[in-house]
Amino acid sequence: MQCVLKWLKRQINTWLLLELVRGLALTGKYLFKPKITIEYPEERTPLSPRFRGLHALRRYDDGEERCIACKLCEVVCPALAIQIDSEEREDGSRRTTRYDIDTTLCIFCGFCEEACPVDAIVETQIFEYATENRQDLYYTKDRLLATGDKYAKQISANLADKSQYN
Amino acid sequence: MIWESVQSLFFNLDGAETVLFTLGRWVLSILAISIGVALTVAYTTYMERRIIGWIQVRQGCNRVGPFGLLQPIADGIKLFLKETIIPAKSSKFLFVVAPVLAMVPAFIAFAVIPFGETTLFGYWDEPRVMTIANVNIGVLYVMAISSLSVYGILLAGWASNSKYAFMGAIRSTCQMISYEISMGFAIVTVLMLAGSMNLAEIVHAQQGGFWNWYLIPLFPMFLVFLISGAAECSRCPFDLPEGESEIVAGFFVEYSGFWFATFSLAEYAAMILISLVTSILFLGGWYAPFPFLDALPIPGTVWLLGKAAFLIFVFIWFRATFPRYRYDQLMRLGWKVFLPWTLAWLAVIGLLIYTPGLEWVLENPISDWIAWR
Repeated sequence: MQCVLKWLKRQINTWLLLELVRGLALTGKYLFKPKITIEYPEERTPLSPRFRGLHALRRYDDGEERCIACKLCEVVCPALAIQIDSEEREDGSRRTTRYDIDTTLCIFCGFCEEACPVDAIVETQIFEYATENRQDLYYTKDRLLATGDKYAKQISANLADKSQYN
Repeated sequence: MIWESVQSLFFNLDGAETVLFTLGRWVLSILAISIGVALTVAYTTYMERRIIGWIQVRQGCNRVGPFGLLQPIADGIKLFLKETIIPAKSSKFLFVVAPVLAMVPAFIAFAVIPFGETTLFGYWDEPRVMTIANVNIGVLYVMAISSLSVYGILLAGWASNSKYAFMGAIRSTCQMISYEISMGFAIVTVLMLAGSMNLAEIVHAQQGGFWNWYLIPLFPMFLVFLISGAAECSRCPFDLPEGESEIVAGFFVEYSGFWFATFSLAEYAAMILISLVTSILFLGGWYAPFPFLDALPIPGTVWLLGKAAFLIFVFIWFRATFPRYRYDQLMRLGWKVFLPWTLAWLAVIGLLIYTPGLEWVLENPISDWIAWR
């Protein structure tokens, strides 16, 4: 009896294509589910304060640039993307005359940011800096400072957030 | 004066239609159907991409134009502008002819599809069937023409001089021949009930509500026909001829640009044809599911196209749900399941027709047919 019922069930399953119908029902259910796509240019995912994007050089509040040309970042950089030249300034302080980051070499590890004793070089949350030629991906000191000036508020807010984990 | 001379071109003095009128009617209807089919193919690809996207919990194409509606047009322009590469060692003439041979049957099969009945806003007294050719062997014509497209595929695979294309062509040919048989038998059961090979007559036999549709007495045959139809136009889960994971793109690996577009046009046109034929044979054609809906001022064409659109949706739904069959399983399904099953159902329907006292199962056209015999 058990055996016959089992056989009957199997036959019904086979001839009414129940398993296929079950599969169709499942995909049919997903047809009406809310879509998880984030439509990028209009919608964005939230970024972590610790996101490692484009580099920037920071200044003090009085406008003095922070970098003291200690070259720790240049040393720690595993991709050899940073090049620094320094000279003594008129007031006797050591400052950079050249601070270049080649972002085509950079691997965005964030070691430069970690190494910096004065929080001068930071990585921002900017990630949309695609260019039409490779030269534009070579960031000089002026451009890095400009980025730092432009996003100063955001950068210091993110640094404040990060400081609680140090 | 001008109006009268124009009129005299199309009508004789006694009001009968001239040859020019008939010719014009043909040209217009052929144009309407071929452009309509081409546009429907374009938007079927759009629908496919959107629906599969939704089922996979993503958006599908929604960037080009509102809701991505211009996407198929952009795709079409891209394909037309692309370079056509003809492989050096291919058989060049056959290589170019093959896509045309695949596309032409897919289009001319639409010639006998009745899209509905119309009196042309009261111009004719009797409603006429909206079709290019209202022939008495419509079903046979559709079967014959749609199986011709296999030549295009076979030639494409052979002329490409590529092992993948060759494998794909062999798979496709084998599959089409196998499934045509069970498809044919499924159609024969419909013919036995309708007593006519004229597609319009088959629709007429199903008049008056969905309980008269052949879907109900022939439900297993409907399933067989639908599944064989998917196999016939090599849709998922039977898309072995172009199985990406094994033979790259099957018989059209070597094709690019315009000729590639021709192949996909043929494929989607075949899918639309199968959907239309299924709705004519099993789903009551241009009749609404309830008789009172037929009284509404909705043209029957809307019902027919709606049913066909639903079946196209079902094909897309299949594609989003089922993985591809293995080739031996495909052959087993065709020859060892569908063929005996359709043959058995043929016998059952035959017995039903000749059983006395079962006239209530069989509607008027069939009893007429029995009486005629």
